[in-house]
Amino acid sequence: MDKKAKAIISDPMVDNNPITKQILGICSALAITVKMEQAVVMSLALAFVLVCSNVIISLLRKGIPGKIRIIVQLTVIASLVILIDEILKAYLYDISKQLSVFVGLIITNCIIMGRAEAFAMQNNYKDAMYDGLGNAIGYGSVLIIVATFRELLGSGTLFNYAVMPASIYLENGGWYVNNGLMLLAPGAFIILGLIIWVQRTYTHYIEN
Amino acid sequence: MKFLRNLLDKVEPNFIGNGKYAKFYPLYEMADTFLFTPADKTKNGPHIRDAVDLKRVMSFVVIAMLPALLFGIFNVGYQMNPNGELRDNFLVGLKIVLPIILVSYTVGGFWEMIFAVVRKHEINEGFLVTGMLIPLIMPPTIPLWMVALATTFGVVIGKEIFGGTGYNIFNPALVARAFIFFAYPGAISGDRVWTVDGISQATPLLQASSQQGSQALELLGNQFNWWDMFYGFIPGSIGETSTLAILIGAAFLLITRIGNWRIMAGTLLGMVLTAKLTNVLGEAVASSNPMLFLPAEFHLVMGGFAFGLVFMATDPVSAAQTDRGRWIYGLLIGFMCVIIRAINPAYPEGMMLAILFANAFSPLIDYFVMKSHIKQRLKRFAA
Repeated sequence: MDKKAKAIISDPMVDNNPITKQILGICSALAITVKMEQAVVMSLALAFVLVCSNVIISLLRKGIPGKIRIIVQLTVIASLVILIDEILKAYLYDISKQLSVFVGLIITNCIIMGRAEAFAMQNNYKDAMYDGLGNAIGYGSVLIIVATFRELLGSGTLFNYAVMPASIYLENGGWYVNNGLMLLAPGAFIILGLIIWVQRTYTHYIEN
Repeated sequence: MKFLRNLLDKVEPNFIGNGKYAKFYPLYEMADTFLFTPADKTKNGPHIRDAVDLKRVMSFVVIAMLPALLFGIFNVGYQMNPNGELRDNFLVGLKIVLPIILVSYTVGGFWEMIFAVVRKHEINEGFLVTGMLIPLIMPPTIPLWMVALATTFGVVIGKEIFGGTGYNIFNPALVARAFIFFAYPGAISGDRVWTVDGISQATPLLQASSQQGSQALELLGNQFNWWDMFYGFIPGSIGETSTLAILIGAAFLLITRIGNWRIMAGTLLGMVLTAKLTNVLGEAVASSNPMLFLPAEFHLVMGGFAFGLVFMATDPVSAAQTDRGRWIYGLLIGFMCVIIRAINPAYPEGMMLAILFANAFSPLIDYFVMKSHIKQRLKRFAA
């Protein structure tokens, strides 16, 4: 892998992170980060769609008429989303039920459309693949960080495995109570805000 | 006094310039300006000078809260043992309330100091009030670690991320309470809160909203009459129970002109009008919701309405700043409080959410008041 490819992959991980920097894909970041399981499956699903759509659109880019390019992009993305939705239903039925509409809503995820329009339409398929991969990792890592906090503090578990010792809970004679705010969407919003705060403190990024 | 001044002057060199503790200058500055009115004055420009600076304002608000605090301490003991001696009740209450106050001030002060040192600004005066407000709006049975967590949340998320006192859009103490309300609902509302020696008591608000198909006053029955609730011999958050003690504080705030009378009057008016409206509406549709039938004077003495009206709504930072805006802001709080109490069965208490809601709208209210003012003046000049 040459230097350029590395830059394309690593840029969206931190400096141009789709969630914390461009504030895209917030909807799903708030909705499906209650449990780690959901966040991981969602991240993988999005990674699959994002990489494939970027590659396909990049390969087609010379043949797509400018006026109907959005429709073509949507068709490609929607087909991929239907594919992943069927796979999830077949092999991971429980999680697919928990994710409910959010798998379908990957179609309208701003990150995928944004990358197709802003990157895949102008670059060759290899770079487009790297870009898709980088953005998927950037998106997935934030999702997983948020989900770690939410599941740990909100339910006391990670991947449904009890992390907090049962004896400290109030109902077992202890003192601890799970934080209900973390199970609500505002909890994700606050965690996300704190992540952005930490990131911007380190990168000294200031929005104009 | 002389001794204190000398002491402060003696340690001052340590905190300025290259002194040993220059990093902790905010701490010194806080102690100094808290104890003595600072001598430096603005030199240029037409400034109005007033002996009452922000620190003095905040101290006055704390003084105004004292009656509610003292009664609250007594009431905690009284609720546990209604037949006990006054002194015993007070001591029992003190044992429960004092740790909450200490935790609130220590944790809040810690965060204030961290932010002051890192951001190199002065320690915010606002916390003097916030640190006292937080214990007063907590139920006495609240675990101390929750108080610490809520105070952290209120100070950091409610205030410091916006830039400190004067920049926050929400009242930090209410943010702290809202945090517990949503994160640990079992600890702050519901019938488990006032569990004392295994006997749980419902607060009057909970009692009044407990049963569909009956009227609030019937549900209150003989257990709580209006005068009990006015004097404050009822379960509830530490500082909110006694409307009488709160009114003493309100009088103090109004005489010293620190609390704004327009906000208080607006909130009261909004509550009375909305309560009358829900009474009429409930009658008209023969509703089964008991809270719709609660008369206005009961809304006043139940739950946190009076406390919020006097100490929370009037917070100068998060309230509207224009005179007409203050009326609108107050009316909005009164209206929302009754609406949440009466219409939303999940939340028997509406004052906290009503004030936070109005906080969010106060800049908008000011904006429109100012716009309409400009329009009127333009019209006057055109004529």
